[in-house]
Amino acid sequence: MTDGIALSGLGHSYDGRNWIFRDYDVAIAAGSVFAILGPNGCGKTTLLKCLLGTLHPAAGSVQCKGQIAFVPQIFQVAFDYSVLDMVLMGRAKSISFFSQPVKHDIAEALAALDHLGMADFAERPFGELSGGQRQLVILARALVAKADVIVMDEPTSALDMKNQSLILEWIGRLSGDLGYTVIFTTHNPAQALAAADDVLLMLGKCEYASGRAPDVLCEESLSRLYGVAIRRVPFEHEGETQVTFSPVYGANCYDSPP
Amino acid sequence: MPSVEAHALRPYRRNLLIPGLSLALAAAALWSLTIGRYPVPTTQILQILFSHCPFLDSIDYDNVPLVIVEIVRLPRVLLVILCGMSLAMAGAALQGVFRNPLVGPEVCGVSAGASFGGVLAIIQGWSITGMVAMAFAFGVAALAAAFLLTRLAQNRAVVALVLAGIIIGSFFSALVGTAQYFADPQTKLPSIIYWLLGSFADANANKVGIVAVNFLLAGTALLALRWRINLLSLGDTDAEALGIHIERLRWTVVALVSLLVAAQVSVSGGVGWVGLVVPHIARMAVGPNHAKLLPASALLGGLYLLVMDDIARTVAVDEIPIGLLTAIIGTPAFAAIFWKLKGKGWSND
Repeated sequence: MTDGIALSGLGHSYDGRNWIFRDYDVAIAAGSVFAILGPNGCGKTTLLKCLLGTLHPAAGSVQCKGQIAFVPQIFQVAFDYSVLDMVLMGRAKSISFFSQPVKHDIAEALAALDHLGMADFAERPFGELSGGQRQLVILARALVAKADVIVMDEPTSALDMKNQSLILEWIGRLSGDLGYTVIFTTHNPAQALAAADDVLLMLGKCEYASGRAPDVLCEESLSRLYGVAIRRVPFEHEGETQVTFSPVYGANCYDSPP
Repeated sequence: MPSVEAHALRPYRRNLLIPGLSLALAAAALWSLTIGRYPVPTTQILQILFSHCPFLDSIDYDNVPLVIVEIVRLPRVLLVILCGMSLAMAGAALQGVFRNPLVGPEVCGVSAGASFGGVLAIIQGWSITGMVAMAFAFGVAALAAAFLLTRLAQNRAVVALVLAGIIIGSFFSALVGTAQYFADPQTKLPSIIYWLLGSFADANANKVGIVAVNFLLAGTALLALRWRINLLSLGDTDAEALGIHIERLRWTVVALVSLLVAAQVSVSGGVGWVGLVVPHIARMAVGPNHAKLLPASALLGGLYLLVMDDIARTVAVDEIPIGLLTAIIGTPAFAAIFWKLKGKGWSND
């Protein structure tokens, strides 16, 4: 595993004048779960692209010794590939330019699917799967990429509650049982609190809050983050205290534009 | 969990279709050599092919069946098969590159460029060799122009490539129109129109050589890249995150496709429809995975164009331009298959 990921003075601007975010210094510990929160348009996806190395940041740098695999949001594929074909694409880096996947790659793909409880779906068209199943397939694709870090872009945003819970469970297992560093973006602070060790709140262009999830995810910072009053709602479940967050509807007490 | 062996064997089992199609293509080729205004029985064809090395051994011009088979029909059959394979494979690859099943080889502007080169050669009254060279050169020039345009626009998105192809294609189409407008209506214009409609009537060993060498280089490289085309049909960010250099791969595929298309247009003029429709039929048969789709499309494309050419040269007293036939017969055939298979193979999302 890696020594973690370090964002040093990271910033990006598409036109050289208007910064989307700037001077971000964040450390992500190896093997931890890290959540990124921020309102729409704050630059979460741009930050992810910088992390993935698909976008060269205008300022600062991202230091990461290990390989990174990406799990995009639920997406459409132009052609209805089988589940196995989708997972095999994760082997792209290990298969040389003019070659095809061999038996070993297929075995790896099937093992990853089996690990996520999706082996029976190997022959099924990807398009026929539910949102949650698709996420698991893309997760399997990230597993066969033999990465150290898995970056997920809003992994639960398009899913129903049961599937949201399933994906969060898997995020915990990827980090806890398999040792992956998992970074994900979310609009749901309760999920960040439940799944992540550390969080990053993208409060403004040059302003952010980062630290242990229970410390950072408080009413005040979340209310500032989303520009609406947010209340922390604790509740008991089987003797354990869990927390959810709820906006106070009709109480847009902050004047920042949405 | 299904066993790894079962899955590992799966592609080979499905690939029974490939040997099947290969056999069908070989049988169709043999049959095509027999038909025509001067029928030659199959046994005699086989005897000629096994006793005489085509294109290399000297020919006894008093031996009519030998002349017909080796000078007239064999080059034509080979040329048709190679062009059909080139077009269908080009279409299948481009549909993957552009993530769009409605794309044909025409979209990268190469067909229009090659057409203009050919028309220019006809106006100049150059030989067949000159025409082939001009068509090929202008086809490749059109690709280079499209590439430069995307570089100038500093846009690497797939839509920039489509736009550049359409711009360059439209420009060369306009030049073809201009050339037709100024061409001598008594001598040059009919030749231009006939050539643009597409025909294999002038097939000869030289043309087969050009297309065969080109297919051996570009076609083989494209076949080797067939699995990687799957990666191009994902989104750019997603594909890049898988660790591939998406732009380099995309341009490599487009350049190889352009070579195939330029060679086809240079030897036989405009033959539309094959590159759009054949990949669809192949996709319905083997699924969307380009690792299987490209070989299946190639064989099916060769078979399809061969049958069309057989019809073009035998159904009427005068030969029908094959470019017309591929569309006229292809459309209802495709409609029927589309209806029967309910669009299997591409995403309904």
